Amino acid sequence: MLELRNLGKNFGGVRAVDNLTATIGKGEIFGLIGPNGSGKSTTVNLICGVFSPSEGTICLNGKNLGAMPSHRRTRAGIARTFQNIRLFGDLSVWQNLWVACNSTEDVAKQGLLSRWFGSTKQVREEIDEMLEFADLADKGDALAANLAFGEQRRLELARALATKPKVLLLDEPAAGMNLEEVKDLDARIRKLRDSGVTVLLVEHVMELVMGVADRIAVLNFGQKIAEGSPVEIQNDPVVQEAYLGAPEEAAA
Amino acid sequence: MDYYFGLAQTIGIHTLLGLSAYVLMLTGQLSLAQAGFFAIGAYSAGILTVLFQWTILPALAVAAVVAGLFAFLVGFPALRVRGLMLVVATIAFSEFVRMFFFNLNWRKTIDNIEVGPDSTQGFREIRFFSANGWETWEVSLFVWFFVIAVMAGLWWMDRSRAGAVLRAVGEDELAAQSVGLSLTTVKVAAMTVGGVIAGIGGALYAHTATYLDHLTFTVLLATFAIAYPILGGLASVFGTLAAVIFIQGFLIEGLRFLGDWRNVLFGLLIILVMNLKPGGIFDARSVLLLKRVFTVNRGQRDDA
Repeated sequence: MLELRNLGKNFGGVRAVDNLTATIGKGEIFGLIGPNGSGKSTTVNLICGVFSPSEGTICLNGKNLGAMPSHRRTRAGIARTFQNIRLFGDLSVWQNLWVACNSTEDVAKQGLLSRWFGSTKQVREEIDEMLEFADLADKGDALAANLAFGEQRRLELARALATKPKVLLLDEPAAGMNLEEVKDLDARIRKLRDSGVTVLLVEHVMELVMGVADRIAVLNFGQKIAEGSPVEIQNDPVVQEAYLGAPEEAAA
Repeated sequence: MDYYFGLAQTIGIHTLLGLSAYVLMLTGQLSLAQAGFFAIGAYSAGILTVLFQWTILPALAVAAVVAGLFAFLVGFPALRVRGLMLVVATIAFSEFVRMFFFNLNWRKTIDNIEVGPDSTQGFREIRFFSANGWETWEVSLFVWFFVIAVMAGLWWMDRSRAGAVLRAVGEDELAAQSVGLSLTTVKVAAMTVGGVIAGIGGALYAHTATYLDHLTFTVLLATFAIAYPILGGLASVFGTLAAVIFIQGFLIEGLRFLGDWRNVLFGLLIILVMNLKPGGIFDARSVLLLKRVFTVNRGQRDDA
């Protein structure tokens, strides 16, 4: 599905991502963890085209994305959420989703005018579906900036889904959430996977990532130091040394 | 009475100028190229009706297309710069256009009179309206037909997906790209639409003023273009209209007895608004307040 091959990124003298190779299978929830500054967010930004890699390739379904600009990658099926929520605050909840409904082939078929200006029945239904998914059905007219923090996170997730992604990159979606909200997010991510979306989850909240991920890769100083199932990762001495700490601490 | 019709024409034309900047400002671009597009529209339409003796409507249409074409071309290099650098680059464009027309000498003898742009002497005798016996009020009606059409078009666009897209790009370019919006397409489209609107405004200006002088199209005109949406806010097209009425109707005409002191007031007003109401006089909160005032019952229901 999504293949990273020998990916590297330099910022001046800093090696943010170093020779990263990983394959994320279709319908998989792939966790990416590691200490602060280990290159997780840089990896996300490389995949969705905000940065271009210093070396290495990124392939989606066998197709090299090369220098494809960010918005084209979204249309090709890569959507993301941001570590610091980036909604269109002055637009309504509905408009936030409306803006994102442009990537699908069915919409493109309707012609330019309808794509730019219209709201066909199909688009309206899709937006209603997204609102339902995000539990925001009664907030469609509210300004995005006026939503509560948890609602904003859910809206951002729904907005990413409105682009109909094949791969969804979640950059620390649980940051700032309480335990109950994390459980809720856990259920939502599983629901997404069941609907056929591949998920790359960058996360610090171990309760979430250890519970939901099928496989996890651990980064440290830009390099992958381990990859495996959550249980394997938790028991890996190298990972404990670099990031998780001793097993009893990890459980806490 | 003709004085008021003349004022209505000025307000209408400046509204078009302000709306051309409004469209761009929705995408977060502050452009001083509007004076250039306005000048291109004015000279193109004037040349067509005077030198080629076209009638007004096709001349206006061609002027709008030509200005739009230039705006389209300016749109691409403008993508590479933003903020202050965009302001500087667009000033350069406006000055380039102004200097071009300052030097343009294209004279032709029609009905034993020599007409056309005469470089430093300006472009005189753009007399389509008076030659065809239009009354001032008819001209005003003609101008306002376009003002209302453009306002209605933008009002509708604001409510369509395109309006949300323009505002999304204006608010957060990175997030806009992440939902699959092409910044190039959106910004160049906005620039082109802005150019067309400024072109229509310029074409109308040429024929109501009957005389074009390069000094009309300086940075001051471009500043007016962006001042209207800044004062009126970006909540809707009516903010721009209200700002034009306020500045042209009240500040410039109403306070005529103050003479040149009005310019001081104008500067003061911009500073005050930017500090006290950064979203414009008619920002979202003021609009909500006005709605509350005028629909008392509903306001109370909302509070309950």
